[in-house]
Amino acid sequence: MVPGASPSAGSRSFISRLRSGDEIARIVTFLFASSVVLVTLLLVLQLWHDSSLPRHKFGLNFFATRVWDPIAEQFGALPFIYGTIVTAAVALLIAVPLGIGAAIFLAELAPQKISDTLQFFIDLLAAVPSVIYGVLGIFIVVPIMRQYIQPALKHSLGLLPFFQGPAYGIGFLTAGIVLAIMVIPYIISVSREVLLSVPRDQREAALALGSTRWESTWKVVVPFARTGIMGSIFLAMARALGETMAVTMVIGNAPIISASLLSPGYSIAAVIANELTEAANIVHFQSLVELGLVLFLLTFILNGLARLMMVLTTQKGSGMGHV
Amino acid sequence: MKRITGLLLVVLALGGIVLAQNALLINGAGASFPNPIYSKWFDEFHKANSSIQINYQSVGSGAGIKQATDGTVDFGASDGPMSDEQLKAYSDKHGSNLLHFPTVLGAVVPTYTIPSVSASLNFTPEALAGIFLGKITKWNDPAIAGPNKDVKLPAEDIVVVHRSDGSGTTYVFTDYLSKVSDEWKNKVSKGTSVNWPVGLGAKGNEGVTGLVKQTPNSIGYVELIYAAKNNVSYGAVKNSSGVFLKADLAGVSEAAAGAAKEMPDDFRVSITNAPGKKAYPISSFTWLLIPAKFSDTAKRDAMKHFLKWAITDGQKDAEELAYARLPKEVVAKELKAIDSIQ
Repeated sequence: MVPGASPSAGSRSFISRLRSGDEIARIVTFLFASSVVLVTLLLVLQLWHDSSLPRHKFGLNFFATRVWDPIAEQFGALPFIYGTIVTAAVALLIAVPLGIGAAIFLAELAPQKISDTLQFFIDLLAAVPSVIYGVLGIFIVVPIMRQYIQPALKHSLGLLPFFQGPAYGIGFLTAGIVLAIMVIPYIISVSREVLLSVPRDQREAALALGSTRWESTWKVVVPFARTGIMGSIFLAMARALGETMAVTMVIGNAPIISASLLSPGYSIAAVIANELTEAANIVHFQSLVELGLVLFLLTFILNGLARLMMVLTTQKGSGMGHV
Repeated sequence: MKRITGLLLVVLALGGIVLAQNALLINGAGASFPNPIYSKWFDEFHKANSSIQINYQSVGSGAGIKQATDGTVDFGASDGPMSDEQLKAYSDKHGSNLLHFPTVLGAVVPTYTIPSVSASLNFTPEALAGIFLGKITKWNDPAIAGPNKDVKLPAEDIVVVHRSDGSGTTYVFTDYLSKVSDEWKNKVSKGTSVNWPVGLGAKGNEGVTGLVKQTPNSIGYVELIYAAKNNVSYGAVKNSSGVFLKADLAGVSEAAAGAAKEMPDDFRVSITNAPGKKAYPISSFTWLLIPAKFSDTAKRDAMKHFLKWAITDGQKDAEELAYARLPKEVVAKELKAIDSIQ
């Protein structure tokens, strides 16, 4: 039997519910919903099964070593994990303030017409395939980075470990910027919807208590919509972690761990896309599959942490009432 | 009665269509480098022999070898010869061998962008190995400047660009470097993906070409056809006879002809750094991987028919698509080998 019978089922018999169609609809939709869980489980199982060789050969060293040598059959995932996290972090660092700021403007401050027009363009941006962003990155962002931004960063902040080494134009920072451009539309779009759905009386109450427009937005509306805004950031993070095409075009594809954001690097998704088709050696192939498993875990853990953080801060902030 | 006859005619006509469409289907997968000429060949061959349809997926040499070994395709294709280990895996599984048949040849060239230099550069094998090992880091290093006396090379850092995706091009280039440098052979060795000591990775021939073009003082390696088509400078390489040669199709065929005399019976031969004054040193065959034994005799005959056609009449398509033709000696030897397919 399907678990969780609907409350409206009442005392009617199973057969009569079946006849009226309620039960059929419930079973069918339940099957659809459970297919999501099934696919996820099968995915993990398949990745687990197809990565048995490197799991046994390298064990936990797979996460700790940094050599990736297909010929000597030495595989370590550390540079790829590092690159994936760093590029996603840079992207969120840029995209979160920009995206939420833009969403606040669109939802709270802009006239309806401007807001709707801009939203149209933002939705368009969100629908652009990532390879287009990659091409844009390699032909526009990379030359600008190499000629202007990276030399300027080295000149002004060159003492910091983050901005050292030669300015290739490609690398962690460039990949992070291109990713930021890609995920900003998600943050804006979702955050705007959430902000717009904040009940009108919340704003009016704040204004009636003598808040200015900005105070009501910043102290009432934004905290009220916090859960939804966090949701938009999760979505952006998931996209940034798994993005393949655009990243591989601008990150430099060198398994290097460097504090410098100007250095070329590598991400998990990029190395899988690059090497899988030509991985004739079985250990090489399976190591790439294990990297897929690692990416899955990484997304899982980071999402879990983010959710945990959200739960904790919501309790501390005692819900929506900040005023 | 009339209606029944009519119906019968319709059924017959439909049956005829089904029969006509029921051409013999042969599936192959593998190397992407020869994909343009393979597509053209399969298309032309189908036009001449409408009963045979050959499908080819250009999924990469590694995937081609894997699919041929798994038996999910009828034949494979690879830019690098299979290792003994891989061949053993095939024969263990199928109880017969997988044969290599060279089809055409290609070349890899060192391509570079130095804003202050417009002349074509000469590269010694030592210079190339040194640059890609990360030991030669400045353009005015004596190893590069030595054979380029007329050119004023800048004291700038060299930006090395290599392929990030697994590739037959990388195989040929690293195979060459392994032959000319012991240090390369021990530290890096040859393969479709290697652990590069230095450099930035770019995806595909077009990615390397693009990155080299826009990065000042960079050097990379690409298929000859990409360098020629995209108007990037590419250098001459010193061959085993000490002659600096810029890659062209004649030089590639010359390298193959030099190797043809000592062609092993299984055709697994590397022609990088081949002997001969006119032989371009970074050249390579590309191979079709054909089972020595077919269970389906119709497929076997079609495959043999196609192979014979490709290495004889099909060769006329090579130059137009920037591949070098097989030398005559190799063709003769292959025709004999094709007859041995059972």
